[in-house]
Amino acid sequence: MLEHMRELYQETILDHNKHARNRRTIDNASRTAQGFNPLCGDKLTLYLMIVDDKIIDVAFQGQGCAISTASASLMTESIKNKTLAETQQLFEQFHHAMIEQDVSLEKLGKLAVLAGVKEFPARVKCATLAWHTLDAALHQQSTPVSTE
Amino acid sequence: MSSNFPVEKIRQDFPILQQKINGKPLIYLDNAATTQKPQAVIDALKDYYTHNNANIHRGVHTLSERATAAYENTREIVRQFINADAKQEIIFVRGTTEAINLVANSFGQLMIKPKDEIIISAMEHHSNIVPWQLLAERNQAQLKIIPMNNHGELLLDEYQKLFSPRTKIVAITHVSNALGTINPIEKMIATAHQHGVPVLIDGAQAAPHLAIDVKKLDCDFYTLSSHKLYGPTGIGVLYGKKYWLEKMPPYQGGGDMIKMVSFEKTIYNDLPFKFEAGTPNIADTIAFSAAINYVKNIGLESIAAYEHGLLNYALNALQAVKNLRFIGTAKERASAITFILENIHPHDVGTILNSEGIAVRTGHHCAMPVMEFFQVPATVRASFSFYNTIAEIDQLVTALYKVNEVFN
Repeated sequence: MLEHMRELYQETILDHNKHARNRRTIDNASRTAQGFNPLCGDKLTLYLMIVDDKIIDVAFQGQGCAISTASASLMTESIKNKTLAETQQLFEQFHHAMIEQDVSLEKLGKLAVLAGVKEFPARVKCATLAWHTLDAALHQQSTPVSTE
Repeated sequence: MSSNFPVEKIRQDFPILQQKINGKPLIYLDNAATTQKPQAVIDALKDYYTHNNANIHRGVHTLSERATAAYENTREIVRQFINADAKQEIIFVRGTTEAINLVANSFGQLMIKPKDEIIISAMEHHSNIVPWQLLAERNQAQLKIIPMNNHGELLLDEYQKLFSPRTKIVAITHVSNALGTINPIEKMIATAHQHGVPVLIDGAQAAPHLAIDVKKLDCDFYTLSSHKLYGPTGIGVLYGKKYWLEKMPPYQGGGDMIKMVSFEKTIYNDLPFKFEAGTPNIADTIAFSAAINYVKNIGLESIAAYEHGLLNYALNALQAVKNLRFIGTAKERASAITFILENIHPHDVGTILNSEGIAVRTGHHCAMPVMEFFQVPATVRASFSFYNTIAEIDQLVTALYKVNEVFN
């Protein structure tokens, strides 16, 4: 198969698609947000559990293509235990890197595996769906959560 | 399988087919989305702007006369192509979507009162749903939906039951873009007429594949799009029975659709011009006639037979692909095949197929209710034309094996 197919659908992405991490719900989540890509029907629900300004748990549900699923799965791993501010920053960095030609994903750890998607402009929205949903969740008010 | 069909010679007429995508020969299987254009159509466009361009219906100078003659000649070519009685019944619009909006607006204004009912089907393209929803909202009318079975065939018994004294129009597709189903529209039109109800047929996907005879069908309105029929984008046709078009109020106002304008009173023009406001898409309309002539020269019967052969070959060959599920398995069908690979999203299928040079469509195909009915978020659609080949279908199958390999 062609080289750039190998880049797009590389091991990590296929793994995160087949065995998505944190694909579940969170009861009494602090924030819940929905994402939807009307062009392809990809749907995503994101759950955040926030305590003391930190994301102590994150999960997602939904159906989508391999890129959007892998991206969501990788995202949940990368934001766990980050503060809200750190998470917001990571969103901006990831988003910027995905849409700007000369900005690289190198410094974003495991997220760098999504670099191949940039060669496929039609698929960039797949990779950013979960992240836009995260951004929406970050801008919501928390529902009151008891820590007792 | 018609082995006499001169497909290789025909392919030479389509310059765009000669290119490579990702190092592989282009295999264009997205004809239901839009078709490629033969050199004759491309030449007609260039020729018009090189030699004959002028505004139509307005000038006494030579260029204007040439442009007007060529434009009106297309109207006559279309009339013959669909066997309409009169040129007054052929309205040029931007495409099927505009044609349906025209009817929904104009017929709607004339005929649809609060509590009236509009019948559409469960397999419609958004273009044959939303204009009616907008009308229903504006005029406080109701939509009734003809249901379908798991094969993607309309339930004719249920259709009969939908009629009531309040039913004012039926709008259904001739061939489904999402499922490939050919609906028994002649029968359905007869049923509607028994109830005194007119029928609009969305013919966008039918016109490239079947002969259209609006007199035989006895439909009240028929819509088609040039770009689905090897012609340019931006031009389509609304056929309407004179009876209705004469009664219907104008859709858009402006130049050309008037006989006389004053601030006190304006008198509208005769058919077909009453519905053609402003300077039309002259060049593309003229090039459209080159497309129709190209198709007529090959012969719609030959085309239908060849495409049927391709379709059957493909349906058979695709059985060998693991985890492939067909969506839409009607007995009567035309050249689109919609399917999914279990556990692999259509987007991923489409991207890998593209890396092999194969263009298919993935997504909801502007038919979200159809996706909802079959409980799939999206599907893959391969749609054939008379310039596709058996070898290309073989390549599609091989590429689908590769997709399975990547994901399993």
